[in-house]
Amino acid sequence: MSYFCNNMAVKATMVGERLAATPEHSANGKGKPVRNLSGNTGQRRDLLGIEQLPKDTILDLIERSQKYYQELLGKDALPARTILNGRTVGNLFFENSTRTRISFELAEKRLGATHVTLTPSASSLTKGESLLDTVRVVEAMKLDCIVVRHSASGVPEFLAKHLPDHVHLINAGDGAHEHPTQGLLDAASLMEVLGDLSGKKIVIIGDITHSRVARSNVWLLKKLGAAITLVGPHTLLPRHAEEVFGVHVRHDLGDSLKEADAVMALRIQHERQSSAFLPSLEEYQTRYGLTEARISATSAVILHPGPINLGVELGEGPAYGTRSLVLKQVKRGVAVRMAVLEWLFS
Amino acid sequence: MQILLQNVHLVDPVTKRDETDLDIEIVDGKIQRIGKNLESKGEKRNLKGAVVAPGFFDMHVHLREPGQEYKETVETGTRAAMSGGFTGVCCMPNTIPSISDPFVVSYIKEKAKDNLVDVSICGAMTKAREGNELAPMEQLFNAGVRMVSDDGGAVRSAEIMRRVLEYAKMFDLLATQHCEEHSMTKGTAMNEGKTSTKLGIPGYPAVAEDIIISRDILLAEYVGDVRYHVAHLSTKNAVRLVREAKARGAKVSCEVTPHHFTLTDEAVEKHGTQAKMNPPLRTQEDIEAIFEGLRDGTIDCIASDHAPHASHEKETDMISAAFGIIGLETSIPLGISRLVKPGILSLMAYVEKCSTNPRRLLKLPEIRIVEGEPANLTILDIDKNWTFGEDDIQSKSHNTPFLGQEFTGQAIGTINHDKAWWRD
Repeated sequence: MSYFCNNMAVKATMVGERLAATPEHSANGKGKPVRNLSGNTGQRRDLLGIEQLPKDTILDLIERSQKYYQELLGKDALPARTILNGRTVGNLFFENSTRTRISFELAEKRLGATHVTLTPSASSLTKGESLLDTVRVVEAMKLDCIVVRHSASGVPEFLAKHLPDHVHLINAGDGAHEHPTQGLLDAASLMEVLGDLSGKKIVIIGDITHSRVARSNVWLLKKLGAAITLVGPHTLLPRHAEEVFGVHVRHDLGDSLKEADAVMALRIQHERQSSAFLPSLEEYQTRYGLTEARISATSAVILHPGPINLGVELGEGPAYGTRSLVLKQVKRGVAVRMAVLEWLFS
Repeated sequence: MQILLQNVHLVDPVTKRDETDLDIEIVDGKIQRIGKNLESKGEKRNLKGAVVAPGFFDMHVHLREPGQEYKETVETGTRAAMSGGFTGVCCMPNTIPSISDPFVVSYIKEKAKDNLVDVSICGAMTKAREGNELAPMEQLFNAGVRMVSDDGGAVRSAEIMRRVLEYAKMFDLLATQHCEEHSMTKGTAMNEGKTSTKLGIPGYPAVAEDIIISRDILLAEYVGDVRYHVAHLSTKNAVRLVREAKARGAKVSCEVTPHHFTLTDEAVEKHGTQAKMNPPLRTQEDIEAIFEGLRDGTIDCIASDHAPHASHEKETDMISAAFGIIGLETSIPLGISRLVKPGILSLMAYVEKCSTNPRRLLKLPEIRIVEGEPANLTILDIDKNWTFGEDDIQSKSHNTPFLGQEFTGQAIGTINHDKAWWRD
């Protein structure tokens, strides 16, 4: 764990706080809160995205996750933690998720929080109820923190602007915008095996256009000094990616894997995509799939946010072989989410 | 009514008169006399050099009546028009029910009678704006409609659009298109560009607008001798396509909104859903092309696309929020601040695009500031510096990104026949 030592001096700074809501959004022009909601005055911590998170805060969060990760690695029963005793966390999953939801639920339980999970099928928190109604409900139920997953980019930011000061918010993935805890757990996994990420070459393959994982990872890995290459077909790579993200873009794998220190395959969400983006999974696999042959030509470690379409993005060997970080990512996920909760309330 | 407007700067694009230090006497809704140092026994108003122009006309507004009176009504919308400096508006047909039946035309006319603001009505091009069957254009024409459009969306089928143009030609209706290739814009919420890439918001590419404009221009030229109008264009290629069509002699015209010559898609990061419109805010390059199109006459009209929405329809995320902003009360301030003051348009050219040209396209009587003519005037203080606030809004809805914005220029009065409104 020596690579963390350089950053041990980092303390939780206030710079990680989200900015105060702008008058255009939060007020009706006369300084009154919109629709009598309390509104956020910027005095609390939220985790909305990586883009606006300072590097120091990122490293602090990863460092905080270390002790939790070590516990998960051990064979002993996990210690009963109480730092969130008396706190209630609501997991609002407007969009279906299994892994992320369970990971958050475990993190909340292991820190001693009371928690509830609302999923689309189990609640009215889908169509019909407005986001502002959701804010009112959260306030009335006296939740201390909400974890939000939504199919529309920007929903966590909108909710955060209107939530009262005592309710923290964690973005658990919004549209194609951000998935900050995924970014953090990926970086923590990479740092464990690669050490300092400065100058490391990282290749991200797949559907960049629709991927919040890609965006959070790009922002985060760039802040840590890594050189990033995005690979995917023109149909799944935004035209402005190179300029906006400050990365290299290419449309075939070519020799990009040869020099790579790490390669991240993104999930192809073929179930919700029209055939306009890809002719077939087979064709995708032929061109971009990480097969045994392709992996044998590189020493890069392999990541995937899951769930994997085995035989499409990754072959079974690469997915669970010695260089795969896939299960480490899952373990890191719980630890990072515990760290985020600890940080929010500290 | 008898009133003497003293010390005015008369700007009239029809007579090409541009003259300061004039007095204008209005008696019983008519311009009685124009001259220097006139005497009159009625009310006197010293306008201290304010501009008096032919009444401004906004050819693209949504009054939301019938059907969505919670957003706006004819009464509140025309009040916003009047205090925004307009003596006439044309309301778009995406009401509930839509204006594809002459009965709806009469309903709106009834609501709008005895109003200072004249309300023209745009009929639908296809039945219920569904794009499948022609709207009863002759009946709509007989009810007073001079422009047809399925605004809010484009006519998707090229075949139907061809027939719309052929049929509209018989009545010389202005066939107006909201240009959007819907197969490319499903689920989108802003311009496809750097900001949408960063925010992960599905993007509406400029080419989706341009494709329909080029298709329609080709169709209009094929049909021949039909008047085709591009509503609220927003891209540099749209300006080029219209310019080239005009050069070939096609009867093509277009309008631009103040927000499309003011804001870029970067405004989404600052203003969120108040910067969500259709077509979306584009880029600085597009704004520069729009400026050039205004200068060289490619762009005929400035129209606000006044689109009122209730706060619950805007106070949400970008994907589910409604498209559009109110615009009647910020159109003139933006026009003067962004076009006249920086010298992109002369005052005369600006007035032409806000009054003369839209009336001509809608075949409305020409407004001239000449003795004996009806008084139909917009009065502007083009040097007034002020900040736009909630209290300046007469519209029923308050969806605008311009609250708190500093402007130069404001309408201070509107006169239409025997009715007058003054800001003070």
